[in-house]
Amino acid sequence: MQFTLNGEAREVASHPMARLLDVLREECGLTGTKEGCGEGECGACTVLIDGEAVCSCLIPASQAEGTEIVTIEGLGGKHPLQELFMNEVGAQCGICTPGMIMAALSLPEKPTLDDVKTALAGNLCRCTGYSAIYRAVLKWRGMPVPE
Amino acid sequence: MPAVGTSVARKDGIGKATGAALYADDISFPRMLHGRTIRSTIPCGRIKSIAYDFDTTDFTIVDYRDVPAKNAVDLMSLDQPFLVEHEVRHVAEPIVLLAHEDKEVLSQANVIIEYEETEPLFDPAKSSEIFKSIEMLKGDVDSILGNDDVVVVEGTYRTGHQEHVYIEPNGVIAVPEDGGVAIYGSVQCPFYVIKALRCLLGSAHPNVRVIQTETGGGFGGKEEYPSMISGHAVMLALKSGRPVKIIYDREEDMVATTKRHPSVVHHRTALTREGKLVAMDIDVLMDAGAYVTLSPTVLSRGCIHAAGPYNCDNVRIRGRTVMTNTPPNGAFRGFGAPQTEFAVEVHIDRIAEQLGIDPVDIRRMNALRPGDVTATGQTLREDASAHMVLEEAVRRTDFDKKRKEWKGTRKAIGLALFYHGAGFTGAGEKNLKSRARLELTPTGVRIAVGSTEIGQGTRTMHAQIVTDALGIPYEDVEVAQPDTSRVADSGPTVASRTCMVVGKILEECAHEMRAKLGDLSPAEYYAKNGELTVERMYEPPDWIKWDDATYRGDAYATYGWGCDVAELEVDPDTYEVRPIKLTAVQEFGRPIHPALARGQIEGGTAQGLGYALLEKVVMRNGSMANAQLTNYVIPTTLDMPEIDVVMMENPYPGGPFGAKGLGELPMDGPAPAVVNALRHHGLDVREIPAMPELLASSPLI
Repeated sequence: MQFTLNGEAREVASHPMARLLDVLREECGLTGTKEGCGEGECGACTVLIDGEAVCSCLIPASQAEGTEIVTIEGLGGKHPLQELFMNEVGAQCGICTPGMIMAALSLPEKPTLDDVKTALAGNLCRCTGYSAIYRAVLKWRGMPVPE
Repeated sequence: MPAVGTSVARKDGIGKATGAALYADDISFPRMLHGRTIRSTIPCGRIKSIAYDFDTTDFTIVDYRDVPAKNAVDLMSLDQPFLVEHEVRHVAEPIVLLAHEDKEVLSQANVIIEYEETEPLFDPAKSSEIFKSIEMLKGDVDSILGNDDVVVVEGTYRTGHQEHVYIEPNGVIAVPEDGGVAIYGSVQCPFYVIKALRCLLGSAHPNVRVIQTETGGGFGGKEEYPSMISGHAVMLALKSGRPVKIIYDREEDMVATTKRHPSVVHHRTALTREGKLVAMDIDVLMDAGAYVTLSPTVLSRGCIHAAGPYNCDNVRIRGRTVMTNTPPNGAFRGFGAPQTEFAVEVHIDRIAEQLGIDPVDIRRMNALRPGDVTATGQTLREDASAHMVLEEAVRRTDFDKKRKEWKGTRKAIGLALFYHGAGFTGAGEKNLKSRARLELTPTGVRIAVGSTEIGQGTRTMHAQIVTDALGIPYEDVEVAQPDTSRVADSGPTVASRTCMVVGKILEECAHEMRAKLGDLSPAEYYAKNGELTVERMYEPPDWIKWDDATYRGDAYATYGWGCDVAELEVDPDTYEVRPIKLTAVQEFGRPIHPALARGQIEGGTAQGLGYALLEKVVMRNGSMANAQLTNYVIPTTLDMPEIDVVMMENPYPGGPFGAKGLGELPMDGPAPAVVNALRHHGLDVREIPAMPELLASSPLI
């Protein structure tokens, strides 16, 4: 199977029915994508496929054939949202953070607080109560932050 | 500019946001095997036979006969085995361990276990096996409750299990090394694991160390349980001679690991007609599950907080925690206090209702003040802030006005006043003898403690404390990854003690180091004189007196104080409850790092709201029937209302820079505040979680 992973062409040998999550973590060695539940409820394994945020634990590898996949590693470590998640304490334990950031990337240019809540509704965080995550995301988009 | 009191850059670095931070499942070792736990499927009985219905070639198989020394998880009691020998006491009890290098092959292996089942016990009220009972007495309760000139209000309140749902399930890797073994794992208390492994392995395996990997949440769920999973991984690693990784999936984590203790609390209270508390008689029952784990101390904290933040001359609190044939319950943020403070706060609103008094006024009349004496006989000091947080919460939310205007509408408002003792109970901190160490490096200093960063900000706030106490730049302070062979045993990362207690030892270490450095910077001193290490032990304030036999004395060195106000809307057809806003006014000395502290309050409040409204563990034949995130629901973005956090200050002189403990306090308030709002709406609810089904069948007021 072939797909584009973080901008580079990639061929993988995993079983076509292997979970994309496992292909990314084990065959491709990209452990930034996390597993929290394995059933598409927690969103910790969120990646972008052709620009859309999806749970990689629910995607068979064969379904990713020919697509463009972006994982947290694809942001390179200099994305402003990454720094904001740390500075605004949108990340506490950090295990939901990569998935949360990937899901937030699918937001429109000028999101309202409700847009943010809806975009992140499939991503569970047990540490923050989400408020600090809203602050990080809204600041990234230059939107007013409720205090 | 001082570091303490400002939201400086966190010591975590950027790794959590880039995916570079390594959690247990992100780490692999050459020749590593994967481990799997075969568990009981019955709640009570004996094992008749075990058969391996697969080709066992290339498998490592461990049962109780492979235990090197003692088959007991060494915590408070030695009753819980690492692996069942004959008798099964709960569903999901570990019996056999398997390891194989291929996860797929491992998951297919079929172990057939035959049992001789016996009648299980699920109702704690019917249990005769009492793990711990407590009786606390202040004054004379019986004669006052018998008086004709008092009003007596009685009630029973119930809370259910709660699952931690840290997003990273439990997981460890055991790695054989240099005649010993290392554990890399998701743990809150590395030295608890060491204690358990020493007991399991005995003197034949003295070289054991535990290295905490980045930990994806704990909340108490990784306080004692990692001892169990680490023991399993170590046995497989020793038998195979290879590294063994065990990572639970979500379902296994939910079915097999600890939860918050369910409780039944009964109150019988005598008051004057004006509403002054004169006697409180309280009975606390907690379901421990099949083994002792930490239940005695959970019961202890629960009982001590059971009378709430109120002044009453006559108080009797009787508590017991008992065995049932369910998976053992254990530590969970709040540690018994959320259960008993739920009961007392709902009870206080019922009292106010029966006496025709405003819920704020009855608290004004009875809330503890400095100089008042608690149920254990502790005279409160100046850092008691019940009235301050109450008045601020009432003012800020316009409580009285909403209370009047919303009556009879879909909207409702309720509040809860609460407190939480910081640090270990009673003589606990003295007995712990926690140590902290500061080491000079060529460029600054290194903090070397076993306290773990699990998201709450340990690394950062410890570094802030050392920065200011030593008078050096924040950037010159580094924090060692907890590795039990390299750091001081600063005690467990629990009980809201990491800032207040361990932070205090570090502050004293820094002062001692400053005296040794003289006018030199750490780097200058190091260049001139080489290495320098300062290690100190915690000394609790000398005025703390505690008698464990009578439960009398200074239960905690200090308390955090909070008042939560819940505003919500109830759908009259579906009984769905939509929280609109939660105001959390909390006093915890002073915040070391305001943004992290705010995160503790927001996150704890969210867990409290889940506890109040959403999180129901369904037990069927002694096993969690809804062990999936699909049907055990924690708050999502769409469930969370606005949280208005107010951090008030009232410094505790014995804490670093006046700080008290904070982590658990926010967990105590949301549930009673929500249920008191439901009472304002006209629903007589005395139980959580307050699911729509429960509300639909609740009596109207």
